[in-house]
Amino acid sequence: MEQVITFIGENIKVFYILILSIFLGVEVISKVPSILHTPLMSGANAIHGVVIVGAVIVMGLADSNDYVSLVIGLLAVILGTLNVVGGFVVTDRMLEMFKKKPKS
Amino acid sequence: MAQYSLEICYLIASIAFIIGLKFLGHPESARRGNLIAAAGMFIAVIATIFLYKSPEGKPLGNYVWIFGGIIIGTIIGTLMAKKVQMTAMPQMVSLFNGVGAACVALISVVEFSHYNNAHTGGSLFNGLTLTIILGTIIGCVSFSGSIIAWGKLEGKIKDIYLPANQLINIILLLAIVGISGYIMSLHTANVNMLLIICGVSLIYGILFVFPIGGADMPVVISLLNSFTGVAAACGGFLYNNQAMLTGGILVGSSGTILTILMCKAMNRSLTNVIIGAFSNPKAKKADGSAEQKVVKEISVSDCAVLMSYSKKVIIVPGYGLAVAQAQHACHELEKVLEEKGVEVLYAIHPVAGRMPGHMNVLLAEADVPYPKLLEMDEINPEFSTTDVALVIGANDVVNPAAKKDESSPIYGMPILDVENAKNIIINKRSMNAGYAGIDNDLFYDDKTKMLFGDAKSVLQKLVAEVKAN
Repeated sequence: MEQVITFIGENIKVFYILILSIFLGVEVISKVPSILHTPLMSGANAIHGVVIVGAVIVMGLADSNDYVSLVIGLLAVILGTLNVVGGFVVTDRMLEMFKKKPKS
Repeated sequence: MAQYSLEICYLIASIAFIIGLKFLGHPESARRGNLIAAAGMFIAVIATIFLYKSPEGKPLGNYVWIFGGIIIGTIIGTLMAKKVQMTAMPQMVSLFNGVGAACVALISVVEFSHYNNAHTGGSLFNGLTLTIILGTIIGCVSFSGSIIAWGKLEGKIKDIYLPANQLINIILLLAIVGISGYIMSLHTANVNMLLIICGVSLIYGILFVFPIGGADMPVVISLLNSFTGVAAACGGFLYNNQAMLTGGILVGSSGTILTILMCKAMNRSLTNVIIGAFSNPKAKKADGSAEQKVVKEISVSDCAVLMSYSKKVIIVPGYGLAVAQAQHACHELEKVLEEKGVEVLYAIHPVAGRMPGHMNVLLAEADVPYPKLLEMDEINPEFSTTDVALVIGANDVVNPAAKKDESSPIYGMPILDVENAKNIIINKRSMNAGYAGIDNDLFYDDKTKMLFGDAKSVLQKLVAEVKAN
């Protein structure tokens, strides 16, 4: 119990961000027309590609002789980039189709 | 100073993510929203590469490796995203989700092994260990689950029902919790144990998605998407990195809401999807009605005549249209009919196809004017004044059992009131049941005629016949 309280106390800022972000995420998404569900999911998918930041940090801090970390880090950077770039490009392609709606 | 610049860049990135998500929720601003989020991501990555310093004040090195990885990822990612067929979008999203999740799992494992070196004595029973373990578990489950979901939508993996699947899943979950507890009770970081957790989590992810039917895949992908968001947030906590934290949590919570919205569109609950009311096809066969019901077939030329002399035709597209890549042929038919003075509209059910919005994207690709695509609530009153309702490769979304048969697994799902039209023409490849695996009484209706064949070739023949008329 003591450990739990200390843990929350030490990371109180994180918990604020956590709680507020949860509510924000819910607010931002509610009342979305169903035609946008797929692009929205795809866009959100690209945003969680932010893990690439973690991969870059792992890579950048690895000892340049530590080949295991370097290779795993490289793999992580590639996968993270795939997620980000692929995600945003696919979303853009989906949305491009909604854009050209000639009002005739 | 540099430290604060980095924090400010992360702040900007977080705001960009929030605004991006917000804009993605409206048709007019959606594309801009995507670009804003992408810009935020760009800022976060560049700032990390050049401004990040470890807690000991060491800047990042290994630039060649970092940029090499980013360039490889960008090239592969762009090619994959550009080349993919519009019909295969859902699986693409699933695949990208899977690789992102794998990325989190890899980071967690690497960090845990560093932790090993850094940790001197004391218990591992703390929040940091828990975060690393959580990131690993969620990342692995989401990765293997997404890959299975991708395989299912590609048609490479069939629905598999293991005996006692639920029981096995529960045992796997207990094993994961047990090993996690064991790791935290130790005093040194045991990387091998974490790898065992990886293995068990991967298997759990596979078994979690295996029995879920193809029609429910969008919901599963959306759920796994929010899982990966949570895993990313774990990474954010690990590095005390605000961009990862806000980005991850935002996706986690908005993804959960999106999953629930999708379930609502199908009038099902999330537990229902996961436990799988649809999942055991044998249960349904038991009450198989003995009476032989007959369907009436119609030839392409009869169908063309019928439609040419109609006032109003409503096209109801479904997954069959997507599979056959028939969207262009469909638009062609709409044009030739309009030239003959027939009013043509499209009825878009919220879950037609494999993803909400799937049909809109597909038909928009074929340049079908946006105002012709009507959503369920708008189009349903129109059916009673419609001469011909042409159902192309859709089944469950027009099944009257959803309204009448309380024992039907899709009972309560809102459907398109196709049965109110004067004539109903249904194009299907065969008499097989739809994804929910249930029979459709609409096919045996007096007003219904069946037009068997692949959607694309049938539509092309129809176009030719209508032109000739």
